[in-house]
Amino acid sequence: MKFSDQLEQRFATMVTHYPTKRSVLVPMLLYIQDELGTLTDEAIHEIAQRVELSELEVRNVVSYYSMLRTHPVGKYNFQVCTNVSCLLRGADDIFEHCKKKLGIANKGTTPDGLFTVEEVECIGACSWAPAMMLNYDFHENLTPEKIDQLIDSLKKKEQQ
Amino acid sequence: MPDVTLTVDGKKLTVPAETLLIEACKSTGIEVPSFCYYPNLSLQGACRMCLVEIEKMPKLQTACTTPVTEGMVVTTESDKIKQARKSMIELLLANHPLDCPVCDAGGECELQDMTFKYGAAESKFMDLKNHREEQQWSPVVYFDRPRCILCYRCIRACGEGMDVWALGIQNRGSGSIIAPNKEDHLECEECGMCIDICPVGALTSGAYRYKTRPWEMKHIGTVCTHCGDGCKTTLGVRRADTGMQIVRGDNRDKSGINGDFLCVKGRYAFDFAHHPERLQQPLIKRDGKLIQTTWEQAFELIAKKFQAILTSDGPASIGVIGSNHTSNEENYLLQKFARLTLGTNNIDHHRTTDFPAFASALAGKENVTASMRDVLHAPAILLIGNDPTNQHPLLAWQIRSNVRLHRAKLYVVNSAPIKLRRQAASFAEIAPGSEGSFVQFLSGKDATADSIASAKLTREALTQLRDQLKNEKELVIIFGSELRDGDVKTLIDFGLAQGAKFICLGDYSNSRGAADMGLYPDMLPGYAPVSSATQFHEEWLDEIPTTPGMNLLQMMDAAKDGKLKALYVVGSNPAARYNIDPFVLSKSFVVVQDMFVTETAKIADVVLPVANAYEKSGTCTNTCGDVQMLKKAGEFAGVRNDFECIVRIAARMGYDVHKLVPFTGGGTRADMGQTRGAQSGEADRHAVWLADHNLEPKMSPYDPTALLDEIQRLVPGYDISRLTLLAGQDVHSQLVQIAGATGTGDPALIMPANDSLFTSGTLGRFSDTLNTVYERYNPPAGLEIAADYDPTVRMES
Amino acid sequence: MAYLVSHPDEVKVVSKRFGKGATDLDRYLELDGYKALQKALTMQPDAIINEVKASNLRGRGGAGFPTGMKWSFVPKQSPKPKYVLCNGDESEPGTCKDRLIFEHDPHSVIEGVMIAALAVRSKTGYIYLRGEYRYLIQIMEKAVADAYARGFIGKNIFGSGVDLDIFVHSGAGAYEVGEESALMESLEGKRGVPRIRPPFPAVVGLWGGPTVINNAETLASVPHIILGGGEWFASLGAPKNGGTRLFCMSGELERPGVYELPMGYNLKKMIYDVSGGMVKGKKLKGVVPGGSSVQILTADELDVAMDFDSVLKAGSMLGSGGVIVIDEQMCIVKFALRVTQFYQHESCGWCIPCREGTDWMKKTLVRMHSGGGVAKDIDNLKYLAENMLGRTFCPLGDAAAMPIISYIQKFRSEFEDHLNGKPCPYEKVAEVALA
Repeated sequence: MKFSDQLEQRFATMVTHYPTKRSVLVPMLLYIQDELGTLTDEAIHEIAQRVELSELEVRNVVSYYSMLRTHPVGKYNFQVCTNVSCLLRGADDIFEHCKKKLGIANKGTTPDGLFTVEEVECIGACSWAPAMMLNYDFHENLTPEKIDQLIDSLKKKEQQ
Repeated sequence: MPDVTLTVDGKKLTVPAETLLIEACKSTGIEVPSFCYYPNLSLQGACRMCLVEIEKMPKLQTACTTPVTEGMVVTTESDKIKQARKSMIELLLANHPLDCPVCDAGGECELQDMTFKYGAAESKFMDLKNHREEQQWSPVVYFDRPRCILCYRCIRACGEGMDVWALGIQNRGSGSIIAPNKEDHLECEECGMCIDICPVGALTSGAYRYKTRPWEMKHIGTVCTHCGDGCKTTLGVRRADTGMQIVRGDNRDKSGINGDFLCVKGRYAFDFAHHPERLQQPLIKRDGKLIQTTWEQAFELIAKKFQAILTSDGPASIGVIGSNHTSNEENYLLQKFARLTLGTNNIDHHRTTDFPAFASALAGKENVTASMRDVLHAPAILLIGNDPTNQHPLLAWQIRSNVRLHRAKLYVVNSAPIKLRRQAASFAEIAPGSEGSFVQFLSGKDATADSIASAKLTREALTQLRDQLKNEKELVIIFGSELRDGDVKTLIDFGLAQGAKFICLGDYSNSRGAADMGLYPDMLPGYAPVSSATQFHEEWLDEIPTTPGMNLLQMMDAAKDGKLKALYVVGSNPAARYNIDPFVLSKSFVVVQDMFVTETAKIADVVLPVANAYEKSGTCTNTCGDVQMLKKAGEFAGVRNDFECIVRIAARMGYDVHKLVPFTGGGTRADMGQTRGAQSGEADRHAVWLADHNLEPKMSPYDPTALLDEIQRLVPGYDISRLTLLAGQDVHSQLVQIAGATGTGDPALIMPANDSLFTSGTLGRFSDTLNTVYERYNPPAGLEIAADYDPTVRMES
Repeated sequence: MAYLVSHPDEVKVVSKRFGKGATDLDRYLELDGYKALQKALTMQPDAIINEVKASNLRGRGGAGFPTGMKWSFVPKQSPKPKYVLCNGDESEPGTCKDRLIFEHDPHSVIEGVMIAALAVRSKTGYIYLRGEYRYLIQIMEKAVADAYARGFIGKNIFGSGVDLDIFVHSGAGAYEVGEESALMESLEGKRGVPRIRPPFPAVVGLWGGPTVINNAETLASVPHIILGGGEWFASLGAPKNGGTRLFCMSGELERPGVYELPMGYNLKKMIYDVSGGMVKGKKLKGVVPGGSSVQILTADELDVAMDFDSVLKAGSMLGSGGVIVIDEQMCIVKFALRVTQFYQHESCGWCIPCREGTDWMKKTLVRMHSGGGVAKDIDNLKYLAENMLGRTFCPLGDAAAMPIISYIQKFRSEFEDHLNGKPCPYEKVAEVALA
């Protein structure tokens, strides 16, 4: 299995950064996931071979980290923080609003495969709560209105 | 570093520096509880059961991860500690299914014991437990997640111990779960160590689960009857219609030569004993068909036929083939029967390695064979040929453990990339069939190097290897049946020059015993030549024929020519093993003692159903020469043991059985009493003392200990501690006294068993469990579920 | 992008380049960048350590261990390579300060790592950032690449003959990895389960080599200490608590944000002056002064100097600098549930008390908050927490236990209000308000 040129280059560079091959595992899994959308069996097999580990050992690692997943999510992944600092500033409402607006439950994906909503732990935006991550982008000081605008603009973008 | 003195619960003790506190406590008789700590496996500090108080430390500390320090003052039981341990148990039980009434581990469960001790009886929690369905991971391994307490013992036993790494831990937090290497199932060596080491009933055996309760069984530690390593296996037996049936094999008491280890065969492959095809009555051939008969008629027929043939054609027309699975006493008795009662040296067995060459090369040397225990402690090991992972699983375990725990240096010389190369400091992949040349090279014949070198091994590397080996002091040299005859001698001379010790690898549970007991046409017990005057000539009460007899292949040739009139096969299947055309033996009178109608039994005139090694007492000798006691565990209605059959045939032939078995009873009554050997092992202490001093009266001709007395007295190297044997321990026999042993074994007769982990000769074919496992990895043609467990992939530690 | 705030009481040291474009290397150099490193290159390693010791700098990750002392534990000679590891796995709820450093002043972290490396004679440094901080990883990677391009990192830096490599490493979502030994496991490509200690990382760390692990803010403080001197830095703060600290003010405040204030700054002032007090109409109920893992302080307990020792004396901990202000409209049971849910989710599962304890605490709190509480639940919760405290494999168990014990101790009546089928009184308030 071959990854994109960019990822192949990243892998080639990264393995030179550490004395053991497996040290690249955690970040590489995340980068592979970014490229494939999810960690497929094929990808796990491939990375296991490259870092000279059993697939079992790779799966042990994959299942430990909450960002790594072996199932696909929507193109736009709304990861809403509901931890204490956000909770104090209405995160529950934001989260409920996202679910209601998109018509899906926690960790659900819309039938068109565009949106996923997920409740997540503290993302480090406590002083700008409530906050969420849309894929890797931070969205802070959220209000239900801001969520509406965001979803609408994404939908519009997809229709074009 | 100097020893360290510390105080535990007011007791002062001195232990070596770096000792773990939990072990230091153990050494003074204080048991600190733990789930995750397991000796010789990596430290976890996970279960928090071993929390103790250490002076000047505000928090409780785990005794399993704390090395002792000078002046340390430790308390192992206090209210604070009790409460900590109690709360751990409470937390474990909170999510535990508490299905103890049906759990396999009920009654043998460390969690139950700990709960009992720390009294976590009150249930504080009212919310739902986390549940997961039970999974079957292999034909023999089941996993019940809710019972798992996550002590990680199974992961470590499988990875660190077995070097299989088939188990892992997935998810995190309360979702953490032990996971098999193929997502929903296992592909591994199926050793079942994970089940043995599991402190609770989370991992259970497919061969045993839900069959019985532990307290309904009797537990008997005896010696495994499969390969030549001699592991202790604890058999759980329970009364059934056919007698005491074996329902479980495991390694619960860990007191054996095998320590923590037991492989798939020792654990599961006992079920041949109650295979539906097992014979319960003697058979005789009538009109080309085997039909059931009585013991009386069978013995009568055999005795009459043997007598008649002896009279008409003489002793040379009868042949005897012995077994690699029967006891030393039975083998000794069989060759004595052949030589004295029948008057022939026509006796042989299925040879799997060249023990005669080994004995002859070592003749007269002291302390030069290594025991199985030595393999765990030797600073350096040279392994030539063989694949211990498959053929000698315990040996492989010992080697791996030694490398892992004591940093032994392992040199592997093999024509295949065997799995043990992963532990090897040096692996020489030599050209196929060049083991002999390698030995010649070791001894200085540089010219052979070309035939050894391969694409993966240069001449320079060979020379370097030889130099390294020459510098190894206290080397243990282990070799397989690839080396025979002169090569064995060359290797041993090479090793002796630098003080090495040796192990010669033979297959099957008592092949070494069969060889030591003289199942050879040209050698008496102890490899003494039949032609020279020996202690046997002096002591035996009858004349020993002095001309060597026919070996197994010669007997078959004689049968073909019509010259072998009778063949007595005890516990062997030469027809299958040597691929003999049934027609060859059609003119001979063939008597077979076996459990099943094997290929050989099919062509027999009389088949006597006999007991297996799990159903008798006696001794056996593993491939290293370690002698152990067999203890009767199972019973099978209708069968008799080989020992009794031989004695009865001799008696029927009118032979004075006192000359075979030196028992002290009076005359032999018609029925000669009951088989006593079966009941040995239940003696009182007085009897044990008597037995240890060989003073125990042997009142019955069926008492194998009567012959053990003789073996200990006459067979070189077998003058071993009877008390140690009786205590269930192994005793290493030395070949020291065998001066002048001859190495006339014909190397062409040697046929290694070539068993894999999941086969065990004829015996294995009658173990349904073993077959199920075998088929899982070797599916019949057409089914594409071939295993892809790759032993070369290894987890980094 | 995180929003910057400021207040006249702030003493800007670590944050002095925030908002000044210092991600650009030239700009960083204009703002005294890499001067400290060049100075350190002329110093003996021991002198660097002594300077840091003199600064009274204490670990900004939460435990507050004296940094100079930590460095001095690293053996001078080692057969295995030594490493410096920057802990940027910022995950403690209520904490969002390292993010700002990475975003606004990436080179200060690099410079700090390099000085630490010089101090312990290491040639390799790693900067580990939590996986969620992808945009910061990109900023850091660019900063490292820029510094390499100028020869500030790599072979023979600044012509000193010293070789030093720095690499940026991404996590993938795990709070537990913030624990230093778990961080090393993660960097080595393993599950983030802590290691048995001793041996401590300073002796046996990454790949078996001696390793210094410091929080990003700690390391970013180091260049300032080297330039300004340890005594100067120490004088900014309180006794034994040198320097300034980034405090992350969150909750229903008028001006929440990250403020750099001297160690020992008064908590009450921090809330009412610096952060502008409570949002109009809200009343303060309690404060969690150091990230979600520390004990709560009631409205009456806020007159406390924010340094490690004073907060400890007041019955809580300074922790990670995340000051979470709880208003009267927040139900303490709900708050406890959310805190517990977090630790239950983040427990690595290795040891029994943390794995099972957090799970049962969560189950109990979920039921209590949804109206199914029974009388013994409160004592059970306390029992669970008390039996985790001090007995787990790593401090995560304590982090989960300490807050719950303090909530019950100080707000027991709120827990009692949830018993015997009574619905959460706060939810009712919300409903009424909606109606």
